[in-house]
Amino acid sequence: MARIYEYQSKNLLKKGGVPTPQGEVASTPEEARAVAERIGRPVVIKMQVWVTGRAGLGGIQFADSPEEAEAKARELLGKKVKNFVVDRILVEEKLDIEAEYFAGLVIDDAQKCPLLVFSSVGGTGIEEIARTHPEKITKMPVDILAGLREYQVRNLIRKTGITGKPLVQLSSLLTRFYKVAHAYDARSAEMNPLVLTRDGKIYAADCHFTVDDYAVFRHPDLGIEVAREFDRPPTELEKIAYQVEEKDHRGTFYFLQMIDEVSPQDLAIGFNGAGGGGSMMSMDAVLGRGFKLANYCDTSGNPAAAKVYRAAKIILSQPHIKGYFASGSGVASQEQYHSARGLVKAFYEEQLEIPGVIRLGGNFEEKAIEILGTYLKGIPGEVEGYGRDDSPEFCARRMEELIHAGESLGHRVRSIEVLSPPAERYSFEILTGNLFIDQDKCRDCQSKGCVEACTAGILAIEDGRAALAISREDAKRGKCTECLACEIFCKFHEQDAIFIHLPIPGLKEYRDSLINGLDPASDLGKDR
Amino acid sequence: MVWIPRRISGRIGKAMSILVDAASRVLVQGITGREGMVRTQLMKDYGTTVVAGVTPGKGGQNVCDVPVYDSVEEAWQASGPLDISVVFVPAMLVKNAALEAIAAGIKLVVIVPDRVPILDVLEIARFADIKGARFVGPNTLGLVSPGKAVLGMIGGRAESAREWFRPGPVGVTSRSGGMTSAISYYLTEAGIGQSTIVHVGGDAVVGMSHPEVVASFQEDEQTRLIVMFGEIGTTQEERVADLIENGNVTKPVVAYIGGKAAKSGTRFSHAGAIVEGTRGSHASKVERLQAVGVQVVDSIADIPQVAAQLLDSMGGKNE
Ligand code: SF4
Ligand code: SF4
Repeated sequence: MARIYEYQSKNLLKKGGVPTPQGEVASTPEEARAVAERIGRPVVIKMQVWVTGRAGLGGIQFADSPEEAEAKARELLGKKVKNFVVDRILVEEKLDIEAEYFAGLVIDDAQKCPLLVFSSVGGTGIEEIARTHPEKITKMPVDILAGLREYQVRNLIRKTGITGKPLVQLSSLLTRFYKVAHAYDARSAEMNPLVLTRDGKIYAADCHFTVDDYAVFRHPDLGIEVAREFDRPPTELEKIAYQVEEKDHRGTFYFLQMIDEVSPQDLAIGFNGAGGGGSMMSMDAVLGRGFKLANYCDTSGNPAAAKVYRAAKIILSQPHIKGYFASGSGVASQEQYHSARGLVKAFYEEQLEIPGVIRLGGNFEEKAIEILGTYLKGIPGEVEGYGRDDSPEFCARRMEELIHAGESLGHRVRSIEVLSPPAERYSFEILTGNLFIDQDKCRDCQSKGCVEACTAGILAIEDGRAALAISREDAKRGKCTECLACEIFCKFHEQDAIFIHLPIPGLKEYRDSLINGLDPASDLGKDR
Repeated sequence: MVWIPRRISGRIGKAMSILVDAASRVLVQGITGREGMVRTQLMKDYGTTVVAGVTPGKGGQNVCDVPVYDSVEEAWQASGPLDISVVFVPAMLVKNAALEAIAAGIKLVVIVPDRVPILDVLEIARFADIKGARFVGPNTLGLVSPGKAVLGMIGGRAESAREWFRPGPVGVTSRSGGMTSAISYYLTEAGIGQSTIVHVGGDAVVGMSHPEVVASFQEDEQTRLIVMFGEIGTTQEERVADLIENGNVTKPVVAYIGGKAAKSGTRFSHAGAIVEGTRGSHASKVERLQAVGVQVVDSIADIPQVAAQLLDSMGGKNE
């Protein structure tokens, strides 16, 4: 559930014909003053952060004059509230309150429909009121195909005892509220309070929308950077990871950092799970041995080897982690050698120094474990592969033993070398990168084994040199499955002639800033 | 090595499993895509009767010897009747594909893709309701009736699926894809077979959720015991408890609820809290299930043993 700010929600409501208090967002005290001047009446100043109970945290202030508004804004801006630094505030006219209501829209998983909830009392403590005065709350399922009709809402609100003009106003307002929420794929939406003013008008004085993560693509206008529920703004590394997921829909890649900054003393592990249930079980096993998790990561749903490679590179952008632990359900339906190859390429490039325990149980697990065992012998770190008959608990114990056996001070993040093969090097584009073949080396090659390694069958030998057997367009469109088999074969069994370049935008800059001891947020530019 | 089910014939072989049978006529939507092609072959290898595929614009082709049509209606006219559709189209096209299948008269749709917008799922659910159809997923690995047929991608290679899943008396329903296979595999290892294994899908709203699947197992002749892998969030497990409490489900249920360690985030929506109350938490689910006599185990590894004990106490064989 991607959250949007109160002021954004209000802009959507306004566009949909739901009245909101006059106001504007500001990010400097001077702007706040200017807004207050335009309003020309006493104002309320509200910090724009994703936390509940803002009033109790001092995040809602009142001002009678533009000067006071400026001073209050100065107090609020830059303040640290839970995981947020306040960088914008909403300056609005102060309402003259006669009555407060509550309206919300949620999705009912049992009835499989939107559920409209209305309460004749609103404001803080609404959950308490729901418990003590259930008669003040009414709710109704909405037929998503037919939409919501004004008369249905009128019948709903009537049950709480509201009559007269407010009944008519509220019915029409809630019908429009539903339309806005539906149009923006709201996962949840609420207006609390809805305020009836002494001059008889009704406004959405506060409101919150969360947008369905899977529908964010339909609403580029909302400017949601990372379509996921966070109780804090996403980190730079999370944003980089999210871009990888956005650009490659083969399987799922989810990445979340669990520790702000891993210190050299932390017993923190880089975690690479697969599937929600299996990941949870595996995390429990690691936590059970007294480790912390630097991150949560899920690569499942049959991701391409290239995607697992990128996930590993991102996990290995966290300094000081003591080990790399990968484990899913243990009985995965996906072909596990894809994940194995992705990890091999990443670990090899990184020359991994920390130990890794990789539990790849499932289809073709024997082959997956063999790939890890065969190709990771040459790196400094110890990497062990396990299958479905090895429990997560056993694997977590191996992780512990390997970490204690080694003297490793934790992972050192390396810079990413900029790739510059000679311009005349044979290459072709693939779905998310480029494949280079140093064809001169093929002359010394006995086996020409890349052709057989490529199960997609897109490589062939021409004049004794490996080349593409299909059109460049087809290779780019996905006929090259980015399985990495050709590169790994040629690297370890032949002439190391193939290089598959899989860029991760922003990762080099991120790592360099870490290495230079800079705050990655400071030079990459924040969201505005 | 190909494993041959020992009791594929006889009572078990002939009775219709809850959702699919070897004779069920299956359509694949998105058959020419990356997943569609691979999974069609694997389903056929296992014994599923795939009779047609649909990819708009690719009518006239063949994929794994299966004819491809431009629409479900056309597929039905040429290769029908069709019992089931398995959907492998990109997430943003799922709604249209599922509505098309249901409109054409298909009564069971298995929606494999992940990331389907939730309002699209609600529309599919409403339309399925009107048309008397059902769907599994989205975000499901699918389902398998061991020795009969597989729908979706569960089990992977037919060879693995045959090794991991064997016919027997336990109905498995799970919200985690990987764990669906893991639990079933551990049961098989312990010599206990499965009637049907369903991954209901990982999303907040799914077509057939735990209560619907459990109710089907109650009606199923082959199923004598039900194993449920639950998770925090949604009200699915609580609704299974309701079914047991009302006497609608009388077969024994063994359950595991994942997500104990997950920190319960501060809930952002008041409306959600008003509607759901404390339902959805780990404690709520465990308490509710235990109160109605469900055996809730602390570790997945305990499931085979508890299942064996319950089956023994009911008498009869495990396969
Ligand atoms: S295996 Fe490597 S060296 Fe041999 S032909 Fe293929 S690319 Fe060339
Ligand atoms: S060329 Fe073939 S082997 Fe190499 S990555 Fe592409 S599909 Fe895989």
